[in-house]
Amino acid sequence: MKSAQYIREVPQRYRLEAGKCTGCGKLHFPPRLVCDGCGSREFKAATLPRQGTLVTWTVIHAAPPQFSLETPYVVGIVELDGGVRLTCQVADCDPEELAVDAPVELVFRRIKEDNAADIIQYGYKAVLRRE
Amino acid sequence: MIDVFIIGTGMTPFGELWDRSLRDLYVEAALAAIDDAAVDRLDSMYVGCMTSGLFVGQEHIGALMADYLGRAPIPATRVESACASGGIAVRQAYLEIASGASEVVLAGGVEKMNDGADVTAALAAASDQEYEAYQGITFPGLYALIARAHMHRYGTTSEQLARVAVKNHRHGALNPKAQFQYEITIDQVLNSTQVADPLRLLDCSPVTDGAAAVILASAEVAGKLKGHPAVKITASAQASDTFALHNRQDLTHLGAVQRAGELAFVQAGRTMEDIDVVELHDCFTIAELCAMEALGIAEPGKAAALVETGETTLGGRLPINTSGGLKAKGHPVGASGVAQIVELTTQLRGTAGKRQVEGARLALAQNMGGTGASCTVHILEGAA
Repeated sequence: MKSAQYIREVPQRYRLEAGKCTGCGKLHFPPRLVCDGCGSREFKAATLPRQGTLVTWTVIHAAPPQFSLETPYVVGIVELDGGVRLTCQVADCDPEELAVDAPVELVFRRIKEDNAADIIQYGYKAVLRRE
Repeated sequence: MIDVFIIGTGMTPFGELWDRSLRDLYVEAALAAIDDAAVDRLDSMYVGCMTSGLFVGQEHIGALMADYLGRAPIPATRVESACASGGIAVRQAYLEIASGASEVVLAGGVEKMNDGADVTAALAAASDQEYEAYQGITFPGLYALIARAHMHRYGTTSEQLARVAVKNHRHGALNPKAQFQYEITIDQVLNSTQVADPLRLLDCSPVTDGAAAVILASAEVAGKLKGHPAVKITASAQASDTFALHNRQDLTHLGAVQRAGELAFVQAGRTMEDIDVVELHDCFTIAELCAMEALGIAEPGKAAALVETGETTLGGRLPINTSGGLKAKGHPVGASGVAQIVELTTQLRGTAGKRQVEGARLALAQNMGGTGASCTVHILEGAA
């Protein structure tokens, strides 16, 4: 991944910036140019909440090269409060602890290193809310 | 629309074919299909291929294959839709003839996966690079997310998933072109290496080199041929769905598969009840179950139970993946959609040997890309 691409995605990866359709109110993450709900092309910037629940997950044992030193690691689909879903790692957990609908929150973490571009890449991962 | 017939089929063996290059594979399958059709005319050709660029560093392969097939200057078009590239190559050839623009068209699919590229990273390019692959998910991982959702919602078990692989290996053992021509047991599946929990190695289709090709022709050209029993394409449908898996409200439902299936049944004027033999896109065991449910072969959540009855095994009421499927026959990703059509044509000609479905007249093929963001469904009809 080249630095131009990485910097372009910083608002989403670092700050969870989404687009809210002014026509129907649907939240899009990442932002889009046209709403797949109502066809509107007008959006307002919105920031996603960091809290949500776990929808499903897997434990990756066979990984691509950039993640091969981290196996086994957990990747899941999280539904954030308000309904937006995204795919991310679930960090700092024993897979045995995980359950559908488990409460999670997104935290800022190092995702991987791209040696070719010499960039350490950051983004969001989920952790269990253990209160 | 002009009626379209399949007049020739060909395929390479599927497997780790270290002595054959990308172009060798495509040309070998294409020549076999041309010989089988016994027509020399070709008006145009399609090459279904997912990612020759990442696997072997070669793009622009429409023209490459036309040159090495000795068919330049005919138009040669590469089509890409991840693992649905082959199905869409067939559909493009079908549309070209149905529209009257051409009379005889070659549709081939090819993938050369065993030339040293990192296969996991190359296949991940079929997912959302920015919002799925970036996070470390793999293709087995994405289907594992579907599998866990299916297990949670319907109580599906790992043993039930394993039965899909066991069935398809039983069929593959009867296919001399299959990568794995041997049977496996449920215990072997359940004790195989973990890939992406809950999916294990034997839940996954393998890494495969191979190519498959069909020659399609108009009714006028096909009617003059005397070789094989006629096989007509009575439906060719395609649909798409949300690109990222996480944007589907029901992770177990393959919307593009359902949509393409519905369109195909309307085109053919048939229902699932009429179909005698099916090839489904079983890239992972869970995919076969979800595709069965999306096509209406089973109610949502009931596909695993249907597999357990043996009804989808050869000899059952509706055999699925008599070729061995992607699981046992092998999955050279861009070729698989075409190889499904080769298998069903063989069944409808009545020349499938030990894996012949007796009296098969109507057949359905379902091929999908990614986690089902693109899908084709074809319905084929043999001679009465």
